[in-house]
Amino acid sequence: MVNTDHLIICEHCDCVYEKAVLAKHQKSLCVRCGGVLQRFNGLTVEQRLALTFTAAMLWLFANFYPVMSISLKGLKNSATLWDSVLALSQGPITFMAMVAAISIIIAPAFQLVLLVWVLSFALSSRRAPGFKVCMRWLETLRPWSMLEVCLLGAMVAVFKLAGLLDVLPGIGLFALAVLSLMMIRIAGRDIRDLWDIL
Amino acid sequence: MKRPPTASELNLCLCHSCGLACDMTDEPHECPRCDAPLHRRKSNSLTRTWAYMLAALAFYVPANLLPVMNTTMLGSGADSTIMSGVLEFWEAGAWDIALIIFIASIAVPGIKFVALTLLLTTVQRDSAWARKERSKLYRFVELIGYWSMLDVLVVALVAALVKFQALGDIEPRPGILFFGLVVVFTMLAAMSFDPRLIWDKDSGGDLSDAEPGAAPVTDDAVPDPTGA
Repeated sequence: MVNTDHLIICEHCDCVYEKAVLAKHQKSLCVRCGGVLQRFNGLTVEQRLALTFTAAMLWLFANFYPVMSISLKGLKNSATLWDSVLALSQGPITFMAMVAAISIIIAPAFQLVLLVWVLSFALSSRRAPGFKVCMRWLETLRPWSMLEVCLLGAMVAVFKLAGLLDVLPGIGLFALAVLSLMMIRIAGRDIRDLWDIL
Repeated sequence: MKRPPTASELNLCLCHSCGLACDMTDEPHECPRCDAPLHRRKSNSLTRTWAYMLAALAFYVPANLLPVMNTTMLGSGADSTIMSGVLEFWEAGAWDIALIIFIASIAVPGIKFVALTLLLTTVQRDSAWARKERSKLYRFVELIGYWSMLDVLVVALVAALVKFQALGDIEPRPGILFFGLVVVFTMLAAMSFDPRLIWDKDSGGDLSDAEPGAAPVTDDAVPDPTGA
């Protein structure tokens, strides 16, 4: 078996390169197709774990506090993320409730749980039990986690309703805003670096 | 133009899960590092992409024609489609929000259909035309992928909030189901397409060296805070 650890393959055109050492704000690009090969990863395991715990707290806030509340002629109502999933579950469109639940609640939750698990062990330079499975799931979940879309959706909803009644953004919305940005940072592709350091 | 050697020339295969360059001399079926299944190319890439895309295209019609939600205010109810929602914002003067919804819900799926068809047909005809630009186009399709989910989530939130029986009530309608299916199927289509097929018949460009060179490093002009 030849050692191939130092090689990197462009996923867009199959070109093979030797890995480069990157400094801050640097990335390496494929000369043939222009795709990104490597990006500088500025997070240590400790920092990433700390951010993951913060994100987990924000997930709780985003899910248990209302995203927004409205009032119409003295009547008040508020909705959490789960309420909006339930709103889709009635009638023939139940399937969409499942897709929405996965993309805004379940996938981010799983990502966070897996990250905490994998990173806690990485802290003592060990591979967590089930490391391979966890890392593969992190790859699989990434495209289906749509918190940033949900954030934009919530803001559009605020404007949509603002014409009809009084809308008040809730704690959930602010938690969602920060959480969605953090997820991009902590659950991104650079988590693959764990394969090399563990 | 000189180009580096490709993985198939070196008998290597990229693991899509962990990014390892796997040695294919023993024809392993799984990545030795992460156990994910190995394929030199995504299996049945073209057929799958066509199938998912045509399915999405079929759902695109009812998604735009059927109402996505029903608004009842003080007794009088009205169905609204995605386009009527956009027009409502436009007429109310909120052109920016109208534009966001229009781009996310109507333009993005449309662009994806056109782009994927273009990529599929050029690959099938072994075209050498604008390979680099087509690679870029594919990455763009991947990037805009899930933003169409926007309208589904807006309807879900709005329907969960406005529940005042006779005074005001908003309910989701079947259009949103088809709309969500369009998003899911276009995402599956983009994931099934293998961008390496664009380059597979690339005979032009001499091999710069039999050995892989170092990856070229560039400075980000604008620091990318997301690191995505």
